[in-house]
Amino acid sequence: MKLKSKHLLGLEGLSKDEIEMILDTAESFKEILERPIKKVPTLRAVTVVNLFYEPSTRTRISFELAEKRLSADLVNFSTSTSSVKKGETLKDTVKNIEAMKIDMVIIRHQSAGTPQFLTRCLSSSIINAGDGAHEHPTQGLLDIFTLRRKYRKLEGLRVIIVGDIKHSRVARSNIWGLKSMGASVAVCGPNTLMPCEIEKMGVDVYSNLDNALEGADVVNVLRIQLERQKGGLLPSLREYSIEYGINVERLKRLNPNFTIMHPGPINRGIEITAEVADGPYSVILDQVTNGVAIRMAVLYLLSGGEGKVE
Amino acid sequence: MNRTKHKQAELILAGGLIIDPASKLNKIGDIYIGEGKILKIETKKLIPKHKIKFSHEILNLYGKIITPGLIDMHTHLREPGREDEETIYTGSISAVTGGFTNICCMPNTQPPIDNQESVKFIYEKAKTARCKIYSIAAATKGLKGEELTEIADIVKAGAVAISDDGRPIYNSAIMRYALEYSKMYDIPVISHCEDLSLSADGVMNEGYISTLLGLRGIPGVAEEVMVAREIRLAEFTGARIHIAHVSTEGSVNLIREAKRKKLKITCETTPHHFSLTDEALKTFDTNAKVNPPLRTKRDVEALKKGLKDGTIDCIATDHAPHSIEEKDVEFDAAPFGLVGLETALGLVITELIEKNILPWTEAVAKLTVNPSRILKLNAGEIKIDMPADLTVIDPDIMWTVDPEEFKSKSKNSPFGGEKLKGKAYLTIVEGKIMHQL
Repeated sequence: MKLKSKHLLGLEGLSKDEIEMILDTAESFKEILERPIKKVPTLRAVTVVNLFYEPSTRTRISFELAEKRLSADLVNFSTSTSSVKKGETLKDTVKNIEAMKIDMVIIRHQSAGTPQFLTRCLSSSIINAGDGAHEHPTQGLLDIFTLRRKYRKLEGLRVIIVGDIKHSRVARSNIWGLKSMGASVAVCGPNTLMPCEIEKMGVDVYSNLDNALEGADVVNVLRIQLERQKGGLLPSLREYSIEYGINVERLKRLNPNFTIMHPGPINRGIEITAEVADGPYSVILDQVTNGVAIRMAVLYLLSGGEGKVE
Repeated sequence: MNRTKHKQAELILAGGLIIDPASKLNKIGDIYIGEGKILKIETKKLIPKHKIKFSHEILNLYGKIITPGLIDMHTHLREPGREDEETIYTGSISAVTGGFTNICCMPNTQPPIDNQESVKFIYEKAKTARCKIYSIAAATKGLKGEELTEIADIVKAGAVAISDDGRPIYNSAIMRYALEYSKMYDIPVISHCEDLSLSADGVMNEGYISTLLGLRGIPGVAEEVMVAREIRLAEFTGARIHIAHVSTEGSVNLIREAKRKKLKITCETTPHHFSLTDEALKTFDTNAKVNPPLRTKRDVEALKKGLKDGTIDCIATDHAPHSIEEKDVEFDAAPFGLVGLETALGLVITELIEKNILPWTEAVAKLTVNPSRILKLNAGEIKIDMPADLTVIDPDIMWTVDPEEFKSKSKNSPFGGEKLKGKAYLTIVEGKIMHQL
């Protein structure tokens, strides 16, 4: 069995079977990553370009390590200024890069839809590493992977995503993926950070955190961007922290064997207290570890790999 | 009347169904044209069919519909400044291809049309155009919304309205003065209604689709709060205000209410706003990125209702040419706008007439006599001694939109591949055939 598309643009429209294939493949790679020699020759002769138009530490390093461990040839291109400002269009930039014979492009861009745009410009496989507030599919997959490893199945699991839902690509990818896997999803945040008609995605919407947490199994805490206060969306980070910060007291409302997640980077003391972030129920660092395995699986499957690897 | 009898007809349009909303004519007849004017409209003693075949100056138009030449009161022709995207000349060819004989060009060029000299420039360039061009000049200097343009001067040069289109006049006092001043010359102020603080840096309609796509939304209320302001200012000043490209249900309701109070408010909507919804953006198609943005199904229904009950007076294209380089970029980076002159008529027929939203007479009125009356043009009617600006429509032809075939210099249309019914068969400007299918 293979993935239907040669691109991974988002988790919207990805079937449960496809997600499970990626997760199963990631299990095999995770096992490889535990070995003393973590490198396999699977993607030898495959050239991958990491195009990062937005600052990123975790995702970029994670992709880079995944590529290296699969023995792919890789090139990094990072810039925080858009090509438009430099006088060359993105299309020209990527067409030039592709002219040097490459196979895959990993793209992170501040503008939603840029990975879709690249599929119209190039013949390479495109992997979305985060586009504006649209999707961040590998983050969604690694979150689901982390949960499946702990709970074995996601059916019936209650997941609460807390924070700036409006500007979050992590939230959107998680919603699509978790829903496909049979989990029940709720989002929680102040009205000013809640996107229009999000309930149509099949999630419950809360503005009161304590109500949202009642009886939940998983809390995925989103990073609050410090600039939201300046934009008038929040009165103050202090108030946000009081109303929406995850602290030990609030954990009492959750089901036993609950899990705390965060896609990073963490603002300790704002959206989550240090105590919670470092607690035994926190899988924040497991998410990071699993990210490499998930990205190896995605790279492998999109370069034509089938099902499980041995 | 006697005078016209002595004139020789140079062209006779024979046997077409004449639809002239102003005179309520809706009948098969022959139109005699000479010296650029309409000489005679004959609906009783028609030229026998066998005679039509053997004559060059008599055109057999049985099965066709003849309307006053279509008027587009909202066109961007990009000259001066972006002649790579459109010029007055190429825009006029695009216009006649789409059936338009009279078009009004907006002032947001580079530099803007904001003084007498630049208005004269438009009319100078218009001399070589294939259709008639009217200038709508800026309401404020440099479209900055700070100081009024020399409106008296501009009117003397022939501008038919003032507008800062593309931008709202944000300062309410300046808008008030623009209205008070333009009232002296009985020209309308055309308002692009957008509260910029509410539209923020939005790139599409705020709704479920913007939530799915993660694109910044422009809420309908960004338009509506400004429509509400304009209505109050129109009532306060007694001046004429025309709301451009109405796109939301809330705006339609506000304008309907204002019209009930007999205020001097008129408005238009565009073919894309009544034909498409924000679903068109699901593929991140930058050709569907327009301002105001494509709205929801509910808004489209409200626009259709507004067209039907007369709340919406006109249909205008907001033809906004953009180069491929400008549109073939990341969604956020692409400019707003689409080209509409060559698809407008087909969309009106397909979406409004065929779907029984509007009868022919009503639809034609919104493209002819209504804009003509708002702008006080010598056009929009089929009447003896009026300029022979006429559009002959083939109402039955089925065609597929191919932007590559557009006569416009720009190809930015989201309607590529769309199957439409009806097209301009002949476009006649002052008695001359400027387009023939």
